[in-house]
Amino acid sequence: MAAILAPRKRVNRSLSGSVSLFLLLLLFGAFMVLPLIYAVNNAFKPLDEIFTFPPTLFVKNPTFSNFTDLMNLLGNTWVPFTRYAFNTIFITGLGIVGHVLLASAAAYPLAKHVFPGKGFLFQIVVLSLMFTPAVTAIPNYMILSWLGWIDTYWAVIIPAFAYSLGLYLMKQFMEQIPDALLEAAKIDGASEYRIWWTIVMPNVKPAWLTLIILLFQMLWGSDGNGYIYSEQLKTLHYAAGQIVQGGIARAGAGAAVALILMSVPITLFVFSQSRIIETMASSGMKD
Amino acid sequence: MPQSSVRNEQAAVAQAPARSRLGARLSLLWQQIKAARHSYFLMAPYMALFFLFTVVPVVISILLSFTYFNMLEFPKFIGWQNYARLFLEDDVFLIAIKNTILFAIITGPISYIACFVFAWIINELPPKLRAFMTLVFYAPSISGNVYFIWLMIFSGDRYGIANGLLIKLGVILEPILWLKTEAYVMPIIILVQLWLSLGTGFLAFIAGLQTVDRTLYEAGAVDGIRNRWQELWYITLPSMRPQLMFGAVIQLTASFAVADVSIALAGFPSVNYAAETVVTHLIDFGTNRFEMGYASAIATVLFLLMVGTNLLVQKLLRRVGE
Repeated sequence: MAAILAPRKRVNRSLSGSVSLFLLLLLFGAFMVLPLIYAVNNAFKPLDEIFTFPPTLFVKNPTFSNFTDLMNLLGNTWVPFTRYAFNTIFITGLGIVGHVLLASAAAYPLAKHVFPGKGFLFQIVVLSLMFTPAVTAIPNYMILSWLGWIDTYWAVIIPAFAYSLGLYLMKQFMEQIPDALLEAAKIDGASEYRIWWTIVMPNVKPAWLTLIILLFQMLWGSDGNGYIYSEQLKTLHYAAGQIVQGGIARAGAGAAVALILMSVPITLFVFSQSRIIETMASSGMKD
Repeated sequence: MPQSSVRNEQAAVAQAPARSRLGARLSLLWQQIKAARHSYFLMAPYMALFFLFTVVPVVISILLSFTYFNMLEFPKFIGWQNYARLFLEDDVFLIAIKNTILFAIITGPISYIACFVFAWIINELPPKLRAFMTLVFYAPSISGNVYFIWLMIFSGDRYGIANGLLIKLGVILEPILWLKTEAYVMPIIILVQLWLSLGTGFLAFIAGLQTVDRTLYEAGAVDGIRNRWQELWYITLPSMRPQLMFGAVIQLTASFAVADVSIALAGFPSVNYAAETVVTHLIDFGTNRFEMGYASAIATVLFLLMVGTNLLVQKLLRRVGE
């Protein structure tokens, strides 16, 4: 076991320490993963197995009936299921593209240029990481209604462009691009915009992926933030919430929805994990 | 500003030069701004939206907190009345602020330490296993809002996992209405909040641990570091200070912002307001009662509480390893 736990053959590793830390990891790993395993299993349980005493974690007679129930349920709604799906995909897709473009355009000067107000602007961005968006919900509603965006996609999409954690991570990541690379392009006569687009952007692909994941997580799970009222503009997550609240008769369909909702971001993370870790390496706050 | 004291000394003799020096500085500033115009153009779209949807709203919120405002009539200035009402008359707000501080001092530090400890253990695993365990610990926080799984676990009938298990073991005879009993609501939300809390901060720590200079450990071993705990304290933690500070902001902000989990699990309003937080209180007055001035006062208190605590913690963490 010691060999598994200390592959780099480091000195200073006691076997008892390794074993106890490994057990700690297993114990809490189980706490993290069991509810998710329960959710996956519930999605495949027939209704009588969901309501059984004593309750079981694992499914005995797996069935797809919850998913067919869900499809029937969604087939009968006034607004078709595909519309909810389209809304979520549209909001998520456009929000991500806009945020990655705007945040990286703003991150480049903050990381690499010297200009008056730079320190101040970045300080405000860091400060904005320190409070929850709930603080600004009321003025945001007023501003959005003044813009005439209430009950449109834009009320969710446009504010997401200016998500501050994304700018912060992008800027920290860009700082490690070697200055010599940018200087060389400048000597060749490239404009700042060209440098940003053709040199900086290709070099920060890991950070793109991180911003994509963060924003995906935020927008995929969005229920419209209270700004969208029209049924045909509402999101998948809102529709899912309605099903889950349907009570006992909907328990099976609810479990199926939960599985669908959680599997998409988890799959996305599985494929982008190493890139995200690479970005996070530069996330630190320097004095 | 050091210049101002210099200027005071010379004020009598050199008022005119001082003015021209100010003029020179302004024109220099203008030169710098003009030279950097491409930087400003690149930042303009993001910053315009950032100011419109984050900075300006904070200012509006602070201003509105001194008014009576119902969205229909123009805001009416009423001084400190909203704040007086919050702290002197609103019993539910006092519950809310007590709960919020409870979350901040329990889930904040515990989740922060958990993020670090598990990142630290995982970091010593071989790469494949490391990637898998990272996924296991990160999955709850990324899996969207599936915390409603916990509704089934703590459901009030015999089919909920918690009740079923306890009845079968003979600990209880009748199912407990977990989420409708004041004594259990807060501990359950804290548990779920902790389950959700290994997010961005956790990833930042995993990444940070991988960037610690390997040669430092070898040098440490030569210098007489005897076990992993000493290594952690003398080498790893000081090398990771920037990530530690970033993680602190993320974990602390999340622990102050508890609302969705409370509403999803305990209902809104929760039984006897047992799970009311500052954010749910804000939602109550902002979206249900349309008392926007009062809700803005709640938002302002929350803002000051969060930013104040964060800045204090940053100040403390800056001393780690000094």
